[in-house]
Amino acid sequence: MSARIAYIATNTFREAVRDRVLYNLIAFALLMSGAAILVGQISIGIEQLVVVNLGLTAVSVFGVVIAIFIGIGLVSKEIEKRTLYTVLSRPVQRWEFIVGKFFGLAGTLVVNTLFMAVGVFAALLYVSRSFQRADGWILVALYFIILQFLMMTAMALLFSSFSSPLLSAVFTFSLFVIGSFAEDLRGFAAMAQGISRWLATGAAYLVPNFSSLNVISSVAHQQPVSTQLIFSNSLYALVYTGMALCAAVLIFERRNLK
Amino acid sequence: MAAIEILGLEKTYRVGFWRTRAKCALRPLHLNVEEGEIFGFLGPNGAGKTTTLKLLMGLVFPSGGTARILGMEINDPRMKAQIGFLPERPYFYDYLTASELLEYYAQLSGVTAPERRRKVAEVLGRVGLQDAGGMQLRKFSKGMLQRVGIAQAILHDPRVLFFDEPMSGLDPMGRREVRDLMEELKQQGKTVFFSTHILSDAESLCDRVAIIHLGELRGVGAVEDLTSSVEGKVEIIWHGSSVPASLKTLITEYHLTGDTVRALVREANQDAAIDALRREGLRIISIVPVRTSLEEYFMRKLKPSEAAAGVSS
Repeated sequence: MSARIAYIATNTFREAVRDRVLYNLIAFALLMSGAAILVGQISIGIEQLVVVNLGLTAVSVFGVVIAIFIGIGLVSKEIEKRTLYTVLSRPVQRWEFIVGKFFGLAGTLVVNTLFMAVGVFAALLYVSRSFQRADGWILVALYFIILQFLMMTAMALLFSSFSSPLLSAVFTFSLFVIGSFAEDLRGFAAMAQGISRWLATGAAYLVPNFSSLNVISSVAHQQPVSTQLIFSNSLYALVYTGMALCAAVLIFERRNLK
Repeated sequence: MAAIEILGLEKTYRVGFWRTRAKCALRPLHLNVEEGEIFGFLGPNGAGKTTTLKLLMGLVFPSGGTARILGMEINDPRMKAQIGFLPERPYFYDYLTASELLEYYAQLSGVTAPERRRKVAEVLGRVGLQDAGGMQLRKFSKGMLQRVGIAQAILHDPRVLFFDEPMSGLDPMGRREVRDLMEELKQQGKTVFFSTHILSDAESLCDRVAIIHLGELRGVGAVEDLTSSVEGKVEIIWHGSSVPASLKTLITEYHLTGDTVRALVREANQDAAIDALRREGLRIISIVPVRTSLEEYFMRKLKPSEAAAGVSS
């Protein structure tokens, strides 16, 4: 059972790695890190701040683009091209396929993030000549970015399990944008009255809360991240990802592959 | 034991924007395929052949009925380890090489690690792709992809094989090789269930065939039975340049070709016709019973008027 998930995940990873578009995105992210160095040089006194801010934002944005770009096609492309037929006619359960696909893309994103993180740290070393103890918080920011990717992947997979790649991209990207303003949405819900309050509160809890996962700015200012936040964000991402995956499995288990 | 038991399997799709209209893709289908048979599932395009195969593979869910393969339910993973499936116009992960793809499928089918490499090399050789194992599938021609499709279906040595239009995209040589492969699989005791609309393939290969049209089973039986002398006529060929007057009342139609005459005679008039030819001193070349071809049987079963006659299983 677990072996089949691992085989599907490995194949998904291999597909992503051999996808030339992926290389373009990585190259672009590295370029962004290079640009951070350039901007850092003209930002006298705040080089470190600019490099960390721009570098981590580049890692986050391009990782999200990769998660959406690949995630939306994970299931729908397999149905459209009928590659799924020769997989599901073997002793592979549908849920194993979904979970394998998730781990494959999640693995790809983690590896990409590690590569891009090397770029950020190299840029940081270039502008500040040496690392400081507080730079360790960048690792926490990267961990939160990875948590964000896991949630995005699960959502892209969920939408991909019942809609076309284009619609999946629109849904996932919309959720990413709304999720990035989740705290504002909660603030609005607290101020609203009547039915608007109920609707806004429901929406605020339904969309992923990416606001609390974004600690880029405070890390750039070398402020520490609390252990409680690390724990609660980890738990939140785990539960949200798990629920999105369960929903994807439930939908896909009932889907006719016409 | 029946290798495949289809018990009233049916499929209706909901179509239209609001999914309110029902479209019947397969009416309740009852069919048994015995172990070791090559079974042809015949029908024109859109008859319901692929829907039936997708139902058996668990790719779509039935609206009613059930099916068992090797005595197990169609969603049983133990059963799926013992079947092979070639979809129509197969498409594979084109970023993989043929060997990588087969290795992946071998993993999913539960082939043990030490066996995998040997099996992959073996099936590539069996479908004539021994030199193309390291080539990415995006560079493969349609015929080569069909061969990879067959390779992945037989890779894990399954007991029952399902081929959806296996000859599609193949040149005459490739078609011949697939026919030989299917014969070979039968000799190994495998059950082969294949859909086709190429009747000559079915006639030369199948032990039994079923004919499906508009989602409805129109006939099923052994090829010999379906193509036996149901016409009740014999064809008599003799040397001559005309039909003697004594024979004209006995024959139903005739053709003159050079110095031979080819005439159709009802079986009841066969002896009288032979006696008449002997009396006239004409040399008989052959007397052959007229067999209905599978094509004629097929065309007859597709006619709506005869559909009302029901299924002849």
